[in-house]
Amino acid sequence: MSENENISKSKLHGLWALTNRELKKWYKAPTVFILTLIQPIIWLGLLGNALNLGSLVSSSSFTISPEAIASLQLTPAQLAGLQDVFSNMGNSILQTTFGTTSYISFMAVGMIAFTALFTTMFSGMSVVWDRRLGFLNKVLSTPVSRSVIIVSKVLSATLRSMFQAAIILIIAIPLGFQVGAAFTPLSILGVFAFLFLICLGLSSLFIAINIRSTRIETPMAVMNLLNLPLTFASSAFFPIDRMPGWLQAVANVNPLSYTMNGMRQLLINPTIDYSALAFQYAYVGLFALVLTTVGIVLSWRFLNK
Amino acid sequence: MSEVEAIKAEGLTKVFNGSLVAVDHIDFSVRHGEIFGFLGPNGAGKTTTINMLITVLKPTEGKASILGYDLAKQNNEVRYSIGVVPQEYTADEDLTGYENILLCADLYGISRKVSKKRAEDLLKLVELTAFKDKKVQTYSGGMRRRLELACGLINRPKVLFLDEPTLGLDVQTRAATWNYIRMLKKEFGMTLFMTTHYLEEADALCDRVAIIDHGKIIVVGTPDELKDSLGGDIINVAIKKDVEITGLVEKIEHVKEVKKENGSYVIKSENGEVTAPLIIEALRKEGHVVTRLSLTKPTLNEVYLQYTGRSMRDAEESGEALHAKRMLMARRRH
Repeated sequence: MSENENISKSKLHGLWALTNRELKKWYKAPTVFILTLIQPIIWLGLLGNALNLGSLVSSSSFTISPEAIASLQLTPAQLAGLQDVFSNMGNSILQTTFGTTSYISFMAVGMIAFTALFTTMFSGMSVVWDRRLGFLNKVLSTPVSRSVIIVSKVLSATLRSMFQAAIILIIAIPLGFQVGAAFTPLSILGVFAFLFLICLGLSSLFIAINIRSTRIETPMAVMNLLNLPLTFASSAFFPIDRMPGWLQAVANVNPLSYTMNGMRQLLINPTIDYSALAFQYAYVGLFALVLTTVGIVLSWRFLNK
Repeated sequence: MSEVEAIKAEGLTKVFNGSLVAVDHIDFSVRHGEIFGFLGPNGAGKTTTINMLITVLKPTEGKASILGYDLAKQNNEVRYSIGVVPQEYTADEDLTGYENILLCADLYGISRKVSKKRAEDLLKLVELTAFKDKKVQTYSGGMRRRLELACGLINRPKVLFLDEPTLGLDVQTRAATWNYIRMLKKEFGMTLFMTTHYLEEADALCDRVAIIDHGKIIVVGTPDELKDSLGGDIINVAIKKDVEITGLVEKIEHVKEVKKENGSYVIKSENGEVTAPLIIEALRKEGHVVTRLSLTKPTLNEVYLQYTGRSMRDAEESGEALHAKRMLMARRRH
């Protein structure tokens, strides 16, 4: 009966099978996939365009009384120069604040990270479904390694997020996305490296939170609780150094901020500060390492009962 | 090796959350090639026992072995040699039946070349070949049950665990499932361990049955042994005139016991079919007129009643349902 020569004891065999299952569920049911894309695109299209920050500071956005100008007794050439300064002020403020004159480009990078957050949150939910539907027990009765069960979830969420991020980046171009002066095709690889690390960390986090849960309400509550704070207490919409001190303190530990800032350096900033970039990679990488380890340790602890 | 029991449990115990005793020091052994049934109401500890035997739950106390492999020390060997057909429909609804079977094969590390061939064979076996490329969400309950069976057989297990294999199935599908189970035993010499709370299922299918209640095994035996232990068939006789016939009936062949209850006689016999006509004949000879006679063969329901003091239906409908629910929640969490 036994055909041992056809049995592979490699962990990769089971890992690929379980990861592939998740991916198949995803691309064979495109509705959910499209729905998860719509939200960041709406944010980008509506908010990114509505918050036309550049128009706040221009020669037409405020008025100076004619008497005040007259009292300066300027020559026509000087007056024209002054008007020029004012109309360029907006762009200059945007450039120093956001690192680019296009706010929608700034926000698009935030939205990529936001999508990663959202997709990985769903991976936490799928653990609970597998438990409820009995699939988890079935897998546990097979020789598949316990850590493979968790790593397959993490890996599939990561691959999904990276694909969705790429789509958002492409859709952002017709919406007004502009790359910075420092952009090279290599930057794209760098961006995916950031996404890979943050998704690894985040999906491990959400799976670890839900590994013991039997109720589908738990991951939903966790999602609602963490979703907005993690997004707003980051550099998704606004640079951290212009935030009030207490919020800066929160945003400065949020790994999403480092991911976004790193990706912005690569994509939209005029120059790249390589030491800052190295630190950003190190921070996100450490986050991924620690949480993936925690996830695997928990899977050994709680799936081996 | 053939001397070793297919499954052996000694003092197997599972306590949830430090206080909820789901399985309480049970001992049993299952022989090679037999269908062994765990019979009991919901919440009796059947699924918890299965989950321990299939290495999903760790026993709190006690030990067990499957094909001689120790559950605690050689759980990987155990996992390679068993198949599991769970109570729930665990197949992935978004995938096709064929893809689901291949996924199961991958979990055992079976190479694609072999698993494709086996999947085709198994689909044929459970008569799903025509639907193999349809998504599982289009399958009926009976088809999904058969798909679970096919998945459980992918690694050619020597011991197959079936948890409530006919739960929620209609009469025809249940009968078909019974045939599959009988075939597995007959054709492949497989050892089957199943749980059920259907008395007639245990009776029809199992070579030996363990009645389990409140996490304890009450009695083990073949369905016939268990029924015989009740003292045989029950004949209920009523006669026209209220006269004493106990002495007369007691002399008849195979009669073991005669009791008068509510104006009629309850007679226990080792062989009801033979005794019943003899009773009528003997009574007629003495000039008595028999107005009513019924013959009841004992079922496992009577056995269950005898050993637990309540009928299975009562056990399921009483407050024990709450206990069963708590058990279910505890089990899911672990």
